Amino acid sequence: MVYYYRCYNVIDNNRGTYVKKINYKHLKRSLWAYHMNTGSCNACDIEILATLMPRYDAERFGIKLVGSPRHADVLLVTGTVTEKIKDKILQVYQQVPKPKLVMIIGSCGATKGVFHESYAMAGPLDTLLPVDVYVPGCPPRPEAIIYGVAKAWEKLEEL
Amino acid sequence: MKSDIVYPLNIGPVHPAFKEPIKFTFRIEGEQVAGVDIDFGYTHRGIEKIALERNYIQIIYLLERVCGICSFSHPLAYCLAIEDVAEIQVPDRARYIRTIIGELERLHSHLLWTGIAAHEIGFDTLFMYTWNIREKVLDCLEEFTGNRINYGMLTIGGVRRDITPENSETITRMLEYYMELYDRASEILLDDLTLRARTEGIGILSREQAEMFCAVGPTARGSGLLKDVRIDYPVNAYYDIPWLNPISPRDIGKEPIGDVYDRMAVRVLEIKQSLNVIQFCMENLPEGDINSGEGAVKIINKLKKLEGEGIGRYEAPRGEVCHYVILDNQEHPIQLKVKAPTYSNGFTWIPMLTNIEIADIPIVIASIDPCVACADRMTFIRKDGAKERYSWDYLHQKSIQKYKRSANQ
Repeated sequence: MVYYYRCYNVIDNNRGTYVKKINYKHLKRSLWAYHMNTGSCNACDIEILATLMPRYDAERFGIKLVGSPRHADVLLVTGTVTEKIKDKILQVYQQVPKPKLVMIIGSCGATKGVFHESYAMAGPLDTLLPVDVYVPGCPPRPEAIIYGVAKAWEKLEEL
Repeated sequence: MKSDIVYPLNIGPVHPAFKEPIKFTFRIEGEQVAGVDIDFGYTHRGIEKIALERNYIQIIYLLERVCGICSFSHPLAYCLAIEDVAEIQVPDRARYIRTIIGELERLHSHLLWTGIAAHEIGFDTLFMYTWNIREKVLDCLEEFTGNRINYGMLTIGGVRRDITPENSETITRMLEYYMELYDRASEILLDDLTLRARTEGIGILSREQAEMFCAVGPTARGSGLLKDVRIDYPVNAYYDIPWLNPISPRDIGKEPIGDVYDRMAVRVLEIKQSLNVIQFCMENLPEGDINSGEGAVKIINKLKKLEGEGIGRYEAPRGEVCHYVILDNQEHPIQLKVKAPTYSNGFTWIPMLTNIEIADIPIVIASIDPCVACADRMTFIRKDGAKERYSWDYLHQKSIQKYKRSANQ
């Protein structure tokens, strides 16, 4: 029998350390994702939504978008990180409870892509945060995003 | 409900109600919005500056990334501007293919918007329904151009891929599918009691205000302005369509007052209009070349010897897109200005959001179909965090100086 209860982390907020050891086994299914746009052109964002819609229906695996980073297991980041939003992405990353994964959707988050000469860039994201899964493409197809989430599962199992 | 207690309410820049980073600071009296301040610039990527270091062909693919939803309108307006300078004639077949892809893009954008609007008022069934039927037009675009979102179809002086007989069959099937669904979908969107209760009479933008704030696209047409670049300054195949008229809520027998319902009605009617335009273009598709047959190097060499300025205007799904270029005997333009529809429509938020309830904020903000990625063309970053205000005269003077300098270089 599979238990589908969610394991909430017990964290001492003052020290930022774990009070209780977490059983990762319970986290490997039904990932909840928080989507953040850090200067994307909307293409990746609408492909993420298309992934959750009836055609591809990633919600059948328990993947869903949540409204607050505090409820999320995975941080989906689209877009290259601009100067103005740099502080915000770092704040949001701090708010995601551990264990957390960061996924970059799209080429420009990973390498700055087509905007590589721009003066307004603070990224790529992996210079600011530890990134676990890269989904390349401009924009990646919904199948590629689902494959990326499957890779994230594998990564969580290894933890 | 009004009250004496006034407090600020920050929404954004990162908020689940909007998919894009934008910051609103509301001044709330009781439960009513008394004022609003908008902070843009979180997705500023400096595209206009990058474009000055790339050649004319590379810029087309850069401008596709201005906005993922209008990824055909922006490069098209740029190509029209370059063709304006170089006096390049586009073959008839290419003009029709450009029209078909532009209308397919409008179809997918409007379906996307109806889904988002339904999501903002909590009607998720409709959200799933419209996004499901939207996959059909994306399939069509994919078969046609090779990609779902960024098509890479345009080149200066034409298009890059032709419509084969198999593609036209796909388009015919797609049109049949949507024509069948349209009556049912428009019944849900325009007559449903829940939707009407949430959208009628809120977020009002009067005709005078729409004129004052230079509203464009469905936002202006919802307020009763008959303004459509496809009809006023026709490009592509729009010359040849005699029955094309700007959509207005009067077409369904309603006097426009400029509320959210009117803007929704305009978009729903435009879905039908787009289907008719695609059908017209498929029936009258002329034979012939799809581009000048010249390679990228030849086009760049030709443009290298030119100087002058050009302007390209096109009606994107959200309103008028306008691109302005200056050429000066170089491999890249010396000036490129992108004017996106949300740049105009963003300011209509101020009258719309004043005196509404807090619960109506998401749908009113979504009602102009904002695209922040399109609008973020300029930003000021100051390390000390100080805020500056610039007067109209100062900015006007600055812009004259800038463009004079670049024209004299």
